[in-house]
Amino acid sequence: MAQKMKIKTSTVAPRLGFGLNAWLIAGFLFFVVPMFSAFLFSIQLGDGTYTLGAYQRMLSDPGFGEAIWISARLAIFTVLVSIGLMLPTVTWLHIRAQRLKRVVEFITLLPLIIPPVVIALGFLGSMPLWLKDSVYMLVFAYTVLTLPYVFRSLDNGLNAIDVKTLVDAARGLGASWRQVLVSIIGPNVKSSIYGAIFLAVALVLGEFVISNLLLWSTLPVWMALVGMSDPEGAVALSVMSLVFVWLLLMLLSSFDRKRKVRIDIGGVS
Amino acid sequence: MTEINQSLNDVAITQSGGDNRYRDKSNKLRQLFFEFSGLIPFFVFAALFIGAPTLIVILNAFKTNEGAFTLSNVLLAFTDVYYLSLISSLKLGLTSALTGVFFGLMVSYAVFVSGMKKLQKVVSTASGVFANTGGVPLAFFFIAAIGNYGLVTLALQKIGIDIYSGSFTLFGFSGLVLVYLYFQIPLMIIVIYPALEGIKNEWREAAANLGASKFSYWRYVGIPILIPPVLGSFFLLFASAFAAYATANVLTQGTIPLLPLQVGTLVSGDVVADQSNVGYAMGFEMIVIVAIAMTIYTYLDRRATKWRKK
Repeated sequence: MAQKMKIKTSTVAPRLGFGLNAWLIAGFLFFVVPMFSAFLFSIQLGDGTYTLGAYQRMLSDPGFGEAIWISARLAIFTVLVSIGLMLPTVTWLHIRAQRLKRVVEFITLLPLIIPPVVIALGFLGSMPLWLKDSVYMLVFAYTVLTLPYVFRSLDNGLNAIDVKTLVDAARGLGASWRQVLVSIIGPNVKSSIYGAIFLAVALVLGEFVISNLLLWSTLPVWMALVGMSDPEGAVALSVMSLVFVWLLLMLLSSFDRKRKVRIDIGGVS
Repeated sequence: MTEINQSLNDVAITQSGGDNRYRDKSNKLRQLFFEFSGLIPFFVFAALFIGAPTLIVILNAFKTNEGAFTLSNVLLAFTDVYYLSLISSLKLGLTSALTGVFFGLMVSYAVFVSGMKKLQKVVSTASGVFANTGGVPLAFFFIAAIGNYGLVTLALQKIGIDIYSGSFTLFGFSGLVLVYLYFQIPLMIIVIYPALEGIKNEWREAAANLGASKFSYWRYVGIPILIPPVLGSFFLLFASAFAAYATANVLTQGTIPLLPLQVGTLVSGDVVADQSNVGYAMGFEMIVIVAIAMTIYTYLDRRATKWRKK
């Protein structure tokens, strides 16, 4: 009888036939071929020999250092502002203001409705001149872009622990709010924070439209500029930025072996 | 959890305020204010950096250069090149969403059915990274592969295939549809995979035991269950392609009119003087279109996930 049942299920359960295998291979090729081509393209010389010249050229270009310096500062400050704003907010929603969660969640989702190019337009129209003159205005624009992912990531993380009890216990023992966030909540939602950091950094390093329209030469803006005269150089930069994002992901995952670093839906372009 | 909190609050209120109704009301208000107070930094941030920019775009869309109310910006956005860019952006969004949904669904299904845990893990992580690939590097990857001097283009030429002999060009509409798949397929995998996982093997067995053929299983069980999430993903993918800027900017250099690129041009300021507010009108137009798409996505996603949790 048991054997009969087994046969029955195995005949109805879907199997990976030739057609589905073909989809897997096609999908694999579609994602790997452009990356691999890009790498070869960046090291190939016209006569069939190979060189790392494009990489050397890019790394020694003064524009590279400037672009990296701007993008790195933006990434660090965006992560700080984003986590610094959202960790207390989401914690508060969990312990004291459950019914306002819907409202806050809705607001954090607005950046998915307002296209980045429109955010750039709005920032140009509404920000005071002194802020527009500073590259740090981009930190606020980028923080806005990270809100949907950071909110969701932290909310998932806090859902998994009994925040209220932890906070009440810590407060009852005399901890300050700062201590509660840094020493109690923070470590407990470590994987959410790493996930949020990864998304924020990937977003800042990939963001083009806002910095381009606001005339700041971040890494992607500089990359696009280089591409107009030196395609090999721009491709080399693209390869480097992809490798960096993968390394960052691996690094953050290795910090956090027990739980997987979460990556939620993104979409930077 | 909410109910428990609520009843705890009620207990606290009745204890402190007795059953005096007025007292009760002012306590509830005080309670709401207390809850709100911890969120003040967030609300201030949102008002300054989401509210103000959005409001400016919407207000300016209905203003003349002198500040008087007008509908002419919005009307102007439906003429000439502005109208053309709306149409081609809509076309690009629809084509990209259709292809993305189809290929993403096929790949997800193949990965799901393979049953290989390792593969599923790799695909899930890779999708997260690819969906977040910056638009500029993405454009250069494809230039290196299938641009005029791309390695794939040259390799195919050697065996007698010229991808540029037909109407295809990387630097036009067809190229954008192809390149956008690079973030659309991963996005589709991320949103549709949980729906595929939600299809229980038991249903298939139950259907088979009741005598259903493979066709009728899909006709009456599989497809009806997948329709809401697939349709929802379509709208999500539409919004992402419709609003995308970077890749299109690098690849087309403005040769095909697209709504985001038009808005960008107007922001940079090379415009006829009396048309400077058309940029705001088109920005407003984009918000409306993306908002509609995202609302439908959210609605269908809620519907699709409702039964999954139970």
